[in-house]
Amino acid sequence: MNRHLISAADLSRDDALLILDTAEELAQMADRPIRKLPTLRGRTVVNLFYEDSTRTRISFEAAAKRLSADVINFSAKGSSVAKGESLKDTALTLEAMGADAVVIRHSASGAPHRLAGWVRGSVVNAGDGAHEHPTQALLDAFTMRRRLGRLEGLRVAIVGDVLHSRVARSNVRLLRTLGAEVMLVAPPTLLPVAVGGWPCEVSYDLDAALPKADVVMMLRVQQERMNAAYFPTVREYSRRYGLDSRRMALLPEHAIVMHPGPMNRGVEIAADVADSVRSTIVEQVSNGVSVRMAVLYLLLGGSEAQR
Amino acid sequence: MHAHDPAGGDAGPGPQAAVGPQESPGVQPGASALPQGAKTVLGAAEIRRALTRIAHEILERTDGAADVVLLGIPTGGVPLAYRLADRLSQAEHGLVPAGSLDVTMYRDDLRLRPARTLGHTDVPPEGIDGRVVVLVDDVLYSGRTVRAALDALVDLGRPRAVQLAVLVDRGHRELPIRADYVGKNLPTSQRELVRVLLEETDGQDAVLLSENGSGA
Repeated sequence: MNRHLISAADLSRDDALLILDTAEELAQMADRPIRKLPTLRGRTVVNLFYEDSTRTRISFEAAAKRLSADVINFSAKGSSVAKGESLKDTALTLEAMGADAVVIRHSASGAPHRLAGWVRGSVVNAGDGAHEHPTQALLDAFTMRRRLGRLEGLRVAIVGDVLHSRVARSNVRLLRTLGAEVMLVAPPTLLPVAVGGWPCEVSYDLDAALPKADVVMMLRVQQERMNAAYFPTVREYSRRYGLDSRRMALLPEHAIVMHPGPMNRGVEIAADVADSVRSTIVEQVSNGVSVRMAVLYLLLGGSEAQR
Repeated sequence: MHAHDPAGGDAGPGPQAAVGPQESPGVQPGASALPQGAKTVLGAAEIRRALTRIAHEILERTDGAADVVLLGIPTGGVPLAYRLADRLSQAEHGLVPAGSLDVTMYRDDLRLRPARTLGHTDVPPEGIDGRVVVLVDDVLYSGRTVRAALDALVDLGRPRAVQLAVLVDRGHRELPIRADYVGKNLPTSQRELVRVLLEETDGQDAVLLSENGSGA
């Protein structure tokens, strides 16, 4: 494993499987009376969040606390960032406080990469702009493997706002590494220009893609990042690319429905689909804690010398 | 295979722990060929007899093993725990539950080595509350693994009593810990390497003693 986790592309197949296997063991802990391990006692994990987040921040916080690490939460609102402090100065402050790991979410792609050059501890990317969100991809892969028993040869359709989605980018890279086949389904306006170079197929037709999919992953329409008109109306988008119960019936019997959250119910996913037994949306959240525990353990649990 | 090198704790990483090029010296993951100059101190028949004797001692000390749970410490302790459970179940009434208890997250030497691969923890559905837990390991050395196991047990429940069974006690304790059941006391020097090969993982049963060639 590298010292940092910045991109899903940094992970070799062995690294990724080591994280998933470790998470599998740690997931057992959820059923125990005492959900705490002493492993990271005395280590400090800083959650540095420049962008709003509910589940990712809470998930990292729970993961670090279950491993007995000290957690410092930092959000841009109410900090010196509001007074204009630069990322580098904030990083040097964290360094002076002795952070062993910094979990960063930032609206600028590449912020975690820059940060990694300034701090001695490990940097974990918790989402940077439209670039990557590697722990989300890991928890998605973990959820698929738990539900369907394998990743090799799995056909995964990732549907919706691929252009603004760091989740899609990380998933394409990781799933490819792990041997799954990915198909992106989106309107042409919501696909990145360079998508032709990605290791996946591309389609504009959701109805045609569904019968072949083992997994369908719906992406949130990220209206806060849309400064232009990418589709005529929400209703038209929903009609062509939303997952409703009619479309869910096109899926094979065993297929599962995923969503990284937060959902726009009624836009990319219908409420009854989101709440159906095939949906893994709640499972993804609890799996997120196990996967992030595995990442923190593997980055911080060993000797300093190898880091 | 469970290699016991004097450099670290008393449990070397098993074959599944071969995670990268930083593997500590003196441990050859997956090497089941006999190391040069290794002396067989226990053969298959002796291991069989030692386990049978331990099983009978457990029956005596626990009044028929009625509420015993055997927990093997990965990797070497786990097959031994299941073998003991078989013998106990045959000798006395119904089934004696067995499982495994991984202690990696509780070790005191985590920061001395690269992050280790976790072993599998599998507690029988009966649980451990109010029961007599017999921890099973292949080699007792510094005692640090057993200390970690005691901490791990506390997080799982509250046994009525905890006992320790080991196939080989090679001495050199660093903590006030002793075994309740010992297959064989094996006087060693700290430079020597004790390896336990088991049918389930290595295709043969043997305890080997060799000079440590790693220079550690």
